Amino acid sequence: MALFRRSAAVAASQPSPAARRTANDLRPGEAATVCCLKDPQMALKLLEMGCIPGTQVRLAGRAPLGDPLMLVLGDEEYTLSLRVSEAITIQLKD
Amino acid sequence: MAGATQDAVRPATPQPGSSPSSAERLPRLALIGNPNSGKTSLFNQLTGLNQKVGNFPGVTVDRKTGVAQLGGQRWAEVVDLPGTYSLYPKSLDERVIADLLYNPLSPDYPDFVVVTVDASNLRRSLLLFSQLADLDLPAILALNMTDMAAERGILLDVPALERELGVPVVPMNARKGVGLAALRIIMADRLATRPPAGRFWQPSAELQPLLAAIRQHFSLPNDYLALHYAHQFGQLHFLGEDDRAYLAQVTAQYGFESMTQQAAETVARYAAINELLLEVVTVTRTERREPASNRIDKVLTHRVFGYLIFLAVLFLLFQAIFAWAQYPMDLIDQGIAALSGAIQAHFSGPLVRLLTEGVIAGLGGVLIFIPQIALLFAFLAVLEETGYMARVTFLMDKLMRPFGLSGKSVVPLISGLACAVPAIMGARTIESWKDRMLTIFVTPLMSCSARIPVYTVLVALVVPDESWLGIFNMRGLVLMGLYLLGLGSALLSALLLKTVLKARERSYFIMEFPVYRWPRWKNVGLTIVEKVKAFIFQAGKVIVAISVLLWVLASYGPGNRQELAEAQVQQQATAQRWPAAETERRVASARLETSYAGTFGHVIEPAIRPLGFDWKIGIALLTSFAAREVFVGTMSTIYSVGQDADLGTVQQKLANEKDIHGQPFFTPVRALSLLVFYVFAMQCMSTLAVTYRETKSWRWPLGQLVYMTGLAYAASLFVWQLFS
Repeated sequence: MALFRRSAAVAASQPSPAARRTANDLRPGEAATVCCLKDPQMALKLLEMGCIPGTQVRLAGRAPLGDPLMLVLGDEEYTLSLRVSEAITIQLKD
Repeated sequence: MAGATQDAVRPATPQPGSSPSSAERLPRLALIGNPNSGKTSLFNQLTGLNQKVGNFPGVTVDRKTGVAQLGGQRWAEVVDLPGTYSLYPKSLDERVIADLLYNPLSPDYPDFVVVTVDASNLRRSLLLFSQLADLDLPAILALNMTDMAAERGILLDVPALERELGVPVVPMNARKGVGLAALRIIMADRLATRPPAGRFWQPSAELQPLLAAIRQHFSLPNDYLALHYAHQFGQLHFLGEDDRAYLAQVTAQYGFESMTQQAAETVARYAAINELLLEVVTVTRTERREPASNRIDKVLTHRVFGYLIFLAVLFLLFQAIFAWAQYPMDLIDQGIAALSGAIQAHFSGPLVRLLTEGVIAGLGGVLIFIPQIALLFAFLAVLEETGYMARVTFLMDKLMRPFGLSGKSVVPLISGLACAVPAIMGARTIESWKDRMLTIFVTPLMSCSARIPVYTVLVALVVPDESWLGIFNMRGLVLMGLYLLGLGSALLSALLLKTVLKARERSYFIMEFPVYRWPRWKNVGLTIVEKVKAFIFQAGKVIVAISVLLWVLASYGPGNRQELAEAQVQQQATAQRWPAAETERRVASARLETSYAGTFGHVIEPAIRPLGFDWKIGIALLTSFAAREVFVGTMSTIYSVGQDADLGTVQQKLANEKDIHGQPFFTPVRALSLLVFYVFAMQCMSTLAVTYRETKSWRWPLGQLVYMTGLAYAASLFVWQLFS
């Protein structure tokens, strides 16, 4: 169900800098590199849990209701579970 | 534990002349590490049954300590610190670490720390270690889960790691106890020589003036500690008002930005760790195979199977605390009754009655919970140990969030259907303070098993045993309605409280998914022992005290009214030639009516009359406080039903009760009003006692008492006024 949440049209309608993809935009199984962390407080938590800019993240799946989601960090090192509200603070490199 | 102290050899500087009785303390070591790094397993391996649960001063965090034998017949006290990812606390639990480690004057200040790290996640684990090392704390690295690292093809060069870190590194498998002997010996060595570990990171030059000022003001041993004072002064309990004011002023003066500095520090530390690990770690496996855990997750968090499996687990849990616990509970009940009987058979007098009907009955009221607590925590420990609990949270979070609860609230709430006492203790797994308080507060609204006798008696009394639409049994429907009423009120109350209660900290949902593992039965066993002990010694005191008080209220009356009433019944008995059993029943009834409890019933009658209740029900409301099922016993005494308090007779007596117009007293509406009252009312001293123990404040149990009783009153008032 999560596949349909962000249609291409919505993404295209946003201006370029704001349209940077977040961890919440990943398709199941898709991997990308962390670019930056938006929310300063959340960033501190993410940083100490090993989610630093430059790390690869892969969306392993979502809970049946679309939220929270499962993110695998680095080279399959470990899995984090986080809410959508937390995942959108993780911005990805294009 | 006392035995252990006697054998202790003072490690630091043995003084042969000092008397053995002098209260010189054992050396103290603190266990610290990431969540899921095997810290608890190591603590259990080191201390076994020599564990004690206390309190960190000023906070509600359990302080687990134990005595461990080190190498060479030395002993040390071990403090188990909450799991954390860094020294910058993100939750209330984690703050006790700062309070402990930043104050060398603290009585708990450790002589050295043992840092547990997950060898398969070395990069992240070393972040915490590097911070501890920069504080100049003597440390040992317990390199845990080496088996898992090997499985993933991660090879670690332990001597190189030791060289790079400058501290002893002990490869181990805490769950199986591998490497424990080596750790004990190295810990004993550590007590004698304490070279500080190497430095990882230095605060930047621009911070130097600020740090120098703080170091001087507090005479701190190093810059990094001064930096933590600058970051965290608002949360350090040991600092006085003046100190905080000074730190607030000096950080503002130098334009210190805590969050920016923290982020920069963490990134810099990771860079340093990455470099270090290049020398230490070799990954041999090149082909990438999906870990077994991920494959299991595909099933356990599946949108259909995930919920079905969770439902099955809940069902099993419910069966355990509902049905299986019944056998040992019956045994405890019979044992207590036999003990009271034996004492009463051999001795008599008011003191004996106080002992048997007050103290021993109260003790029975405490012991009766042990099977349920033990079973629930056996389940919870297995769910946590295997890593399944994290998946439950994952599955249920979205469903619970609209009510201000989190995925972790589900298990306590469901357990509340059996008994609120273990359920509230189970809420400990919820890290967020606000979520946990909400869960504890609303759990008693779930209809527990003690309400069942009340429900069945009253429902059977007024609801016909007929079917509705040909399929649904009316009594079953009403019963289900009562349960749903409880569930609905719990969720709505959480929603209400969510808006009232202010969060004390930013709460994060983010957590690591632990890898699936088989449970360690030793850990499960120790959890059960710890929880049962905590309940008996902390909540048990309150329960016994209230039980004795209730007994006094129901057994004694003001002045000689009880004696007069009894004499009157005796007279009637002689005049009307009642059989002895009948006389006895009437005497008991008359004595209860003229007791303090009876007086209480009469006094509150004006207040409960708008609900449709009379003074007799008032007495039952008071005595129900010992446990809700006491309602049935009280009703049977007050309606002089006598000793054979089987439900049928109680029902008949209640059905025969007439009001002043000669109509049946228990009309459907009156019974419904009473039922609704029992759904909502807080009538359980054990729940209040355990809420006190879990929140460490009387505010919460009093809040429950006032809120739930108020809710019950309002609901009953509504029912009676609207329908009668």
